[in-house]
Amino acid sequence: MFGDFIMSNLRQFWELTGFANAELGNFVMLAVGLFFIWLAIKKNFEPMLLVPIGFGILIGNVPFNTGAGLEIGIYEEGSVLNILYNGVSAGWYPPLIFLGIGAMTDFSALIANPKLMLIGAAAQFGIFGAYMVALALGFAPDQAGAIAIIGGADGPTAIFLSSKLAPNLMGAIAVSAYSYMALVPVIQPPLMRLFTTKKERLIRMKPARAVSQNEKIIFPIVGMLLTCFVVPSGLPLLGMLFFGNLLRECGVTTRLAKTASNALTDIVTILLGMTVGASTQASQFLTPQTIFIFFLGFMAFIIASSSGVLFVKLFNLVLPKSKKINPLIGNAGVSAVPMSARISNNLGLEYDPQNYLLMHAMGPNVAGVIGSAVAAGVLLGFLA
Amino acid sequence: MMALACVAAGAYAHNRKALRINEVMVQNDSTSIVDEYGEYHAWIELFNANFAPLDISSVYLTNDPAQPKKYPVPLGDVRTKMPKRQQIVFFADSNHVKGTFHTSFTLTPGQDNWIGIYDADGITLIDEVTVPASLAPGHSWARSVDGSGEWQERAGDEKSYITPGSANVIKGTNPKIEEFADKDEYGFAMTLMAMCVVFSALLCLCLCFYGIGSIGKYMSRLNKARSKGVKVTEIAHDEHDSGEEIAAVVMALHEHLNAHDTESTILTIKKMKRAYSPWSSKIYSLRELPHK
Repeated sequence: MFGDFIMSNLRQFWELTGFANAELGNFVMLAVGLFFIWLAIKKNFEPMLLVPIGFGILIGNVPFNTGAGLEIGIYEEGSVLNILYNGVSAGWYPPLIFLGIGAMTDFSALIANPKLMLIGAAAQFGIFGAYMVALALGFAPDQAGAIAIIGGADGPTAIFLSSKLAPNLMGAIAVSAYSYMALVPVIQPPLMRLFTTKKERLIRMKPARAVSQNEKIIFPIVGMLLTCFVVPSGLPLLGMLFFGNLLRECGVTTRLAKTASNALTDIVTILLGMTVGASTQASQFLTPQTIFIFFLGFMAFIIASSSGVLFVKLFNLVLPKSKKINPLIGNAGVSAVPMSARISNNLGLEYDPQNYLLMHAMGPNVAGVIGSAVAAGVLLGFLA
Repeated sequence: MMALACVAAGAYAHNRKALRINEVMVQNDSTSIVDEYGEYHAWIELFNANFAPLDISSVYLTNDPAQPKKYPVPLGDVRTKMPKRQQIVFFADSNHVKGTFHTSFTLTPGQDNWIGIYDADGITLIDEVTVPASLAPGHSWARSVDGSGEWQERAGDEKSYITPGSANVIKGTNPKIEEFADKDEYGFAMTLMAMCVVFSALLCLCLCFYGIGSIGKYMSRLNKARSKGVKVTEIAHDEHDSGEEIAAVVMALHEHLNAHDTESTILTIKKMKRAYSPWSSKIYSLRELPHK
């Protein structure tokens, strides 16, 4: 009798274990999570993002008996993971990240040379190019919009928009967006070489003028008002981005700017990365749609990078000789800050060791952040 | 505190103003809904047009403009907290002792019925409607779109359905998405429109900062002219301090004078001490190329 009692309880316990509930999909996703962690630690690919996402994938794919009512899964209302996931599903982590990005971004390069903003706008064609491809692959317009935003190369924006337009695809979109952001150094240089001539790569740009503190203070205020009047649906992202920047530049809120750019951003990054990773449960993630999303994300990055470079070449046709722009900074129109600007700089130095393009490339790079937030607002306005 | 209280009161009042009379049935001839006692009465549907919950307790429902406080919605009933964009039904049976959703007045068939909602002060009219006398039995008088749109008579058939307690327009899908799927199959229109908006937004910003930059440059020339004791026109237009020059001057000052100048737009020498952040780390994260 006592033995039966022991055996019965042990049997019940066994049914709750991961071993009893494991499926092939769980192991596939665990392998993906381990791969992300390996990429981050061994290859140094965006470790601040891939470690939380990778470990989140491990957390989200530990199999358990969903019928037992343990309230531990990320999709079970009231569970700890579900509460943390609310920042992603309700879309309030991304604006907090944007607050931090604003607080750590120096817009001087953009203010000194405002025409570089147009490169940031041109690179957003990657989003809409991918939108067209997604429609051709049979996605509905709202799903296509959510997937296409991967081309903005901005993880928080991708999460924000997909949480509104296609919550069921958010895990795949977020993982795809961050994966390709990590792969920017691999994707962009061949395209930059393909679309530029050696002569163009050697163009030297005039050093940017010094920007006064007043201009830096006016920028976030005017920037927020102008962009949000045009696209009010981008208010959560743009409002927080420019607010963070004002905290940084006004000179009287140093403590707030430090908190926004350091502690707050780090906390939200940890929670966002981990919960996005945990949301990729095998049953939700391993679908043919995910493969399409990764393909579309790749397309979006290629189109965005190419369109930035090609736009600069086109722009140079109307610019006087002394003000020509080196097309190697065109790729920086995608908002993978500051990775893509650094790639412009490295490639520029490869062809001319004295040609430092970093500060010039930072202009379109931060314009890309604004541009992708505006593009997300447009998609939200049209499709929500 | 006063300012906060004013703001809070304003927001509260604003919320109440979004309460709407959404659909009314004067003669419920046993074709529509019954109350919790199984009886057929005239009913009034209210709609919370806010995108946030709204507590309607203490607002007044009335059928007489001369008596705005005829039926106060009782306090303390959690069901009077309306979820965002949702409807609630009151039975106009002149029997308010039956519960929260039974008003103290009735609606009279065969004559115009005026219905109003007053705010808790009993003075501010939030919404009103006059249901025409011609409304047929079993028909409802409803807004074409929840919370807005024209009033129309609904017969309860397939085309003009009666929906007490639910949306006046039943949507299976998002009409915007349907429209894009139908009229913009390949996404060209979306691409064209969206790229125009993105370019317009950034072009506006670009032009604005050309203007602000010009003013900044003029102010800089003005400052230089003042410091040199010459006219502003004598300072060359393209004369500006490059970053290298400023860095050299700053280094020299720091080296020899240990001077600090916090004047706006001139020179600022401050020791920069930043707390470590992986986001801004140039060594460990984003600025380092991945190892292939």
